[in-house]
Amino acid sequence: MSKELLKGNEAIVVGAILAGCRSYFGYPITPASEIAETAALLMPKVGGTFIQAESEIGAINMVYGAASCGQRTMTASSSPGISLKQEGISYCACAELPCVVVDIMRGGPGLGNIGPEQADYNQMVKGGGHGNYKVVCLAPNGAQEMCDLTMLAFDLADTYRNPVAILADGFIGQMMEPVEIPAPVIDLPEKKWAVKGTGDTRDNLISSIYLKHDDLEAQIHKLYAKYNEIEKAEVRFEEYRLDDCEYVAVAYGIVSRILMSAIDEARDAGIKIGMLRPITLWPFPNARLRELSRHVKGMLVAECSTGMLIDDVKLAIECSVPVRLYSRVGGNIPSATELGIAIRQLQEELP
Amino acid sequence: MKDVFKKPDSFFDEFSRSAGVDKEATHYCPGCGHGNLHKLVAEAIDDLGIVDRTVFVSPVGCSVFGYYYFHVGNVQAAHGRAPAVATGVRRALPQSIVISYQGDGDLAAIGANEILQAANRGELMTVIFVNNAIYGMTGGQMAPTTLLGQKTTTTPYGRKIANEGYPLRVSELLSTLTAPVYIERCTLEDSKTIMKTRKAIRKALEYQISGKGFSLVEVLSPCPTGWEIEPLASREWLTKNMVSVFPPGVYKERTDAEPRTMEPLKVLNAQEVLGALNMSAGPDQRVASIPPDFPTHELVLAGFGGQGVLLLGQLLTKSSMTEGKFVSWLPSYGPEMRGGTANCHVVVSRRRIGSPFVPRPTLLIAMNQPSLEKFADSVRPGGMVVYDSSFVKTASIPSHVTPVPIPFSEIANQLGNAKTANMVAAGAIIALTGITEEESFTALIKKLRKKELIETNLKALAAGRESALALGIQVAGVGIH
Repeated sequence: MSKELLKGNEAIVVGAILAGCRSYFGYPITPASEIAETAALLMPKVGGTFIQAESEIGAINMVYGAASCGQRTMTASSSPGISLKQEGISYCACAELPCVVVDIMRGGPGLGNIGPEQADYNQMVKGGGHGNYKVVCLAPNGAQEMCDLTMLAFDLADTYRNPVAILADGFIGQMMEPVEIPAPVIDLPEKKWAVKGTGDTRDNLISSIYLKHDDLEAQIHKLYAKYNEIEKAEVRFEEYRLDDCEYVAVAYGIVSRILMSAIDEARDAGIKIGMLRPITLWPFPNARLRELSRHVKGMLVAECSTGMLIDDVKLAIECSVPVRLYSRVGGNIPSATELGIAIRQLQEELP
Repeated sequence: MKDVFKKPDSFFDEFSRSAGVDKEATHYCPGCGHGNLHKLVAEAIDDLGIVDRTVFVSPVGCSVFGYYYFHVGNVQAAHGRAPAVATGVRRALPQSIVISYQGDGDLAAIGANEILQAANRGELMTVIFVNNAIYGMTGGQMAPTTLLGQKTTTTPYGRKIANEGYPLRVSELLSTLTAPVYIERCTLEDSKTIMKTRKAIRKALEYQISGKGFSLVEVLSPCPTGWEIEPLASREWLTKNMVSVFPPGVYKERTDAEPRTMEPLKVLNAQEVLGALNMSAGPDQRVASIPPDFPTHELVLAGFGGQGVLLLGQLLTKSSMTEGKFVSWLPSYGPEMRGGTANCHVVVSRRRIGSPFVPRPTLLIAMNQPSLEKFADSVRPGGMVVYDSSFVKTASIPSHVTPVPIPFSEIANQLGNAKTANMVAAGAIIALTGITEEESFTALIKKLRKKELIETNLKALAAGRESALALGIQVAGVGIH
């Protein structure tokens, strides 16, 4: 049997191991703990390392250390834990260390609750740590993508020498779905820059210090040249029933799944609406949205945050058509019925 | 001619990484202890023959620029995080030698947890801990090791017990742990104590080389700039003021520690990776034969924690998956799981599933009274409510749905195992809805690890089926068509 029924959180670890990741450093937190638990179970079986770190800060810095040696490495947490990791992610970005950070978002701010939310959008997509940097941000909406996009994340991290984030929510992490197991990646890219404790890597230095202002400016420009490449080459999205559409809905993660159901019902009722689902939240599918905005009457953004994704949609289309928001927060998610009402309201407002 | 005095190989000949103009001298102030200590470490690396294997981790503090000088693999770390970074390095490179070189603010304040935990894990690393009772790099602020009464820029009236507490004694603290193999405190007062420090550093590294465990050398070191004392006088100040608060000596040594052999990481082939995961790769080969009129079933299964409703949902999901259907299973999670009620949402369809979240089920399986009360009203018109009539005594079920009372628990009890109530329910659900073939479900049960449970569960399944059929309920319409 090649299809496995896996929790999204389990699928992440399977994808990581298939991608050649051989160390996991993490700290328990609901609703992400299954990632650590699965890594604890599976890493030793492939000769890898699992450490339950002393803190989220310890975990991201262990990742920094393992990544310095060229190892494919990762950590995972949920919202408050990700806040703690942000300093380390900033260090990884400046030192150009490839690594994968998974955020299974829960309700915030503060301790909030453990229900699903999407309010880490800004802290992940906009680079939540200090300084000028960006993190490639992938947004799976099912267990298969939790596996596949984790594998992609390791490739992108190595290709661009940059941290890559998986941004999912409590429901996508907890949900079980069938996963077709991809073939393992065996030939990993050579990393000549890495510190390997060998004679020929004695000259290698992993650092994020650039004391001279001009040097730091040059490094930041180097990072942003890389980011320009990423924006050109790595935009990913899914289109759902966009043919002949008069309205476009935008959502990611669990909300995009519910929106699919709502769009099916709206289409049955004769409303010409489709969905654009960003798979990469950064780089954002700006060009495709701009193109769509020329043919539609309006857009609807549905998100489990108070209006973060909508900012990027408005920027992408330069506010050329009206964009309306449907938002649920606090651990609540919109039902297909609620989204159906929001779609009808959009149509009534912009017939 | 033999060199009597030369620069260690593990030092760069020229400090070209330095941001300063002078590439010959270090960035350290006159009279600073770091210079002495760097030399002792570099000579030890040379003499122990580990220059190619060494990775030097330098976090924030005056020693942040360790990589200017040490010509070994270098990783610069965030403030306080060197032991965590070194852990990552050591685990990724089992055959390396890792030195974490930290100051007192870094190690004993912001990084106190990292050093404690790395020491407690017994990480194979050597920590050089420079204690000069002050923050040097940031300009002379209080450190956890600052002496009582000592004036710094953040204790302008002197360190007070009432406000700042006592100087933190790191070697004493860490030596209470079981894992570390070697902890010694040394000083850099004069040539005699410097030679003692030299020996301690070698010993600490040897403990790592032999795979015995975590070692740490605390070094009392002068900071003339931070202390605002002349270089020579600063050595005397150290002797007079610091040594009594931080007595030198061996705080821990476990010569009998069991050495660990550190093999290089094994690279597995594709077969070995899949074998370890107990999975096979590639597209699903099974041919799905789903009837064209198979509806979409949206289920809510709910009951007491421990009744096995989550497992019941999973098995129905998995069984349907093996038939090539689209499936999803979504649990309630978190504290609810522990002791209270448990529920999950299951969707089975012949089409790709949008929402896995089921606010309006076509079928509710309620294993107790609270679950029935909580979810009965949410069931869609034309839907069905299957409930355990052993527990539910007063059922108020909306008229637009079909109630199906079956005493799952009583049936399970009669079969001799109360825990199989969920399997009785499975047999009934399959018979009533056709959500999955009983054959597929049976195949899953037969894979159970405990062989004695297989027979029991199959019996429960059959009993559930018969109890449902005996009711003679017409169910063709259930599900979304």
